[in-house]
Amino acid sequence: MAFVIVTAIIVIGTVLWNFVSPWWFSPLASNWGFLDTTILISLVITGIAFVLISAFILYCVVKFPYREGHKSEYEPENAALELKLTIITTIGVIALLAPGLYAWKLYVELPTDALEVEGVGQQWVWSYRFPGEDGVYGNTSGRLFSSKNTFGLDPDDPYGQDDILIRGGEVHLPINNKVVFQLRSKDVLHDFYVPQFRAKMDLVPGQQSNLWFEPTVLGTYEVACAEYCGTGHYAMRGTVVVDTQEDFNKWLAEQPTFAETMNEGANGEQIVQTLGCVACHSIDGSDGIGPTWRDTYGTNRALASGETVVIDDDYIKTSIVNPMSQIAEGYAPVMPAYATLSDEELTAITDYIKTLSE
Amino acid sequence: MDQNSATYEGQKMYDPKGWWDTYVFSQDHKVIALQYVCVALAIGLTGMFLSLLMRMQLGFPGLFESIDAGSYYQDVTMHGMIMVIYLLTALFLGGFGNYLIPLMLGCRDMAFPFVNMLSFWMYFLSVIILVASFFVESGPTGAGWTLYPPQSILEGTPGGDGAGIILMLASLAVFIIAFTMGGLNYITTVLQSRAKGMTLMRMPLIIWCIFLATFLGLLAFPALLVGAIMLIFDRVLETSFFMPEIFKGGEVLDYGGGSPVLFQHLFWFFGHPEVYIIALPAFGIISELISVHARKNIFGYNMMVWALIAIAGIAFIVWAHHMYVAGMNPYLGFFFATTTLIIAVPTAIKVYNWVLTLWNANIKMTVPMLYCLAFLVTFLNGGLTGLFLGNVAVDVPLSDTYFVVGHFHMVMAVSPVLALYGGLYHWYPSVTGRMLNDTLGKIHFWITFIGTYLIYFPMHYIGFLGVPRRYYSNEQYDFIPQSVADLNQFITICALIVGLAQFILLYNFIVSLKKGAIASKNPWGACTLEWQALESPPGHGNWGEQLPVVYRWPYEYGLPGATADFVPQNVPDEKIT
Repeated sequence: MAFVIVTAIIVIGTVLWNFVSPWWFSPLASNWGFLDTTILISLVITGIAFVLISAFILYCVVKFPYREGHKSEYEPENAALELKLTIITTIGVIALLAPGLYAWKLYVELPTDALEVEGVGQQWVWSYRFPGEDGVYGNTSGRLFSSKNTFGLDPDDPYGQDDILIRGGEVHLPINNKVVFQLRSKDVLHDFYVPQFRAKMDLVPGQQSNLWFEPTVLGTYEVACAEYCGTGHYAMRGTVVVDTQEDFNKWLAEQPTFAETMNEGANGEQIVQTLGCVACHSIDGSDGIGPTWRDTYGTNRALASGETVVIDDDYIKTSIVNPMSQIAEGYAPVMPAYATLSDEELTAITDYIKTLSE
Repeated sequence: MDQNSATYEGQKMYDPKGWWDTYVFSQDHKVIALQYVCVALAIGLTGMFLSLLMRMQLGFPGLFESIDAGSYYQDVTMHGMIMVIYLLTALFLGGFGNYLIPLMLGCRDMAFPFVNMLSFWMYFLSVIILVASFFVESGPTGAGWTLYPPQSILEGTPGGDGAGIILMLASLAVFIIAFTMGGLNYITTVLQSRAKGMTLMRMPLIIWCIFLATFLGLLAFPALLVGAIMLIFDRVLETSFFMPEIFKGGEVLDYGGGSPVLFQHLFWFFGHPEVYIIALPAFGIISELISVHARKNIFGYNMMVWALIAIAGIAFIVWAHHMYVAGMNPYLGFFFATTTLIIAVPTAIKVYNWVLTLWNANIKMTVPMLYCLAFLVTFLNGGLTGLFLGNVAVDVPLSDTYFVVGHFHMVMAVSPVLALYGGLYHWYPSVTGRMLNDTLGKIHFWITFIGTYLIYFPMHYIGFLGVPRRYYSNEQYDFIPQSVADLNQFITICALIVGLAQFILLYNFIVSLKKGAIASKNPWGACTLEWQALESPPGHGNWGEQLPVVYRWPYEYGLPGATADFVPQNVPDEKIT
């Protein structure tokens, strides 16, 4: 009897929970409301099956308890009943599958009249590229990546010169405008996911994947990486701002083109953003995967080796080029070596970190 | 009668001499089964401990300074791999398979006892290699149990630049060798060594389940083996099977031209059948237990067998439902969603037949029966949420969120473990000749059943909210409210209680060996052959001089005209009283 009562509470609780749960779909901010509908359809159909079958189990347990000397009914087969159940199940499955496949058709057919944006992932930051005035992306190649050419754009391709590059993890999009994201990754798998937009797709190095949606509510949204991408996975946070068309145009006009970024001098703040350093090393003093940079220049640092060193230009530069040589105490030895940065770039980074301690 | 005699009916038998031969390098399937069970439970406890470390970080972030992001991901990875492969696969097939196949089919041992022994020792070696990875510099791999390249073999992932990932892959390769040796044995024994009268359609359903699960394993594991070897090559020899051009740490790496998605196809070509390699034996245990303890014939035996065969067949064409948002050709989604939802039909038939077995039954609420019923509720829950994730478009918002964590733990962690516990309580008397303590069994049951439901059920809802899985910390995300942190605390407390409760089972196991009530030869009144051996527990060679002869199907409960409420498989019609 205890089993019947407890299980009845579990089953009823499971159903009722759907009406009182403090956690539910995050507020919808895109055209993908139909995906929510398919979840609700699934909840109703599977909920009915869950309740009916559980109730049947509990009924049997109550109705047919063990009685000494009693024998159960001998009924090995009942083909008619089995056929009926198979048909009912098949109908239930079709009722689930049909809206699911219809929604998938909408999801995978990319609109042709959409704004195009390229989303680029790397450990552990997001960056974006718009095709620029000519509406055509410049060619890219995995071989052309460098700390300067962070999108791997072909410098000789005329189509690429006006491409607009968004570094630093915040992208703006115009409201009520379809957007097609072409996604690629520089290093490992990532996944572009904004809970309020519902849509989601992996970024895979060496190939392109696509995603489309239409933002429908103004506001600022978080991008959360949804495919495990190494130690800093949970810190791979980006921002999408949905603007009015006017604000979007204004914002886009302020962003640098590829040609402009190639003529920039070394800028420490820009480099640490594009290399993703700030995913682990905060600039606001909070602790992360690595030590913060805020107010640390010139202070002492205890190393895992037991030594203590002063944080100066040399320490910072060595830590970038060969991080394993002096891991700070209390931190995991997970930082990749950035051995190919030029002296000019290393100095720019060091100068930037210095400014955080002023 | 000398139970250690070297021949039976002119058939030469393995003849153990001395302690080492009998208990360590034994070729007796029952000893090998026990060895599998003990090693699997030991490594399973390790896996559980790792999950509690994870839970500590999620529930009480920062309480333990030693759990940094790197070690958190190592715990996640090793927990998953240990539970799926080294605990459940090994325990169900190596443990239950080894023990039950010869006893239930009425033969003396496996077809190849020596290969069977080698299988266990290879498994043991794979566990040693796995454990060794905890002690190498930079520790075990933290790549996630799916080991997706490129990150699994690169720095920036714990163990990715050290020996951790290589040991993991090597351990898997050795495990697959062990599985293949065991698996060929199971298949051959089922096809060749059945007692007289034991037709295929008179086999207990658990033997069908283990047989088909082994088939799945023999066809699916090679895909993982190939993937593992190619990944080792990519890591050690810098081949580029799975590695495209990669820019990392400020430089372009020496890779190019490979496909990370290819690895995912290989992994899941193994990985999805693997779900059924675990689920089918659990189904089998439930089929046995529900019939014995409800004192009722299993409903729709033929349909059950055909449903199993259908599940095993379709299991090979659903793998890419793990990859809907992985960047594969999106049009494949139509195909894989359809096959995935089709597989729900035979699975539902199994559930119907279990619950219909309860109809007009004579239900004994024993501890194994409690586990059975709890399995039905949990599996129903976990199976139904699978219809969300299998249905491609519905999967999009839920994929890689806590909904997935809740779903697969319900369906392939809690459910199989409940079946496993039911099976352990059920067959313990057959193995040891003693009963487990009932009160301890019930305490263990209630904590495990309610506790695991409280742990995994709410996870579905923070999945609706969109909380991504595999996050070391949620702190910096504004869309994740404080209530999620409170929930995580609650779940962690539940997990600690459930974790501790498993020691009740362990205690019960050990103490009952010496102090448990002496079990009668057939304490549950079961029809299957393993309870009909001359001795309890069955001796070496299982049957003494005379092999059993089978006259009927294994679920002869409540047969009209018989006095007893069950008729064992080896009782001929004329002897029914």
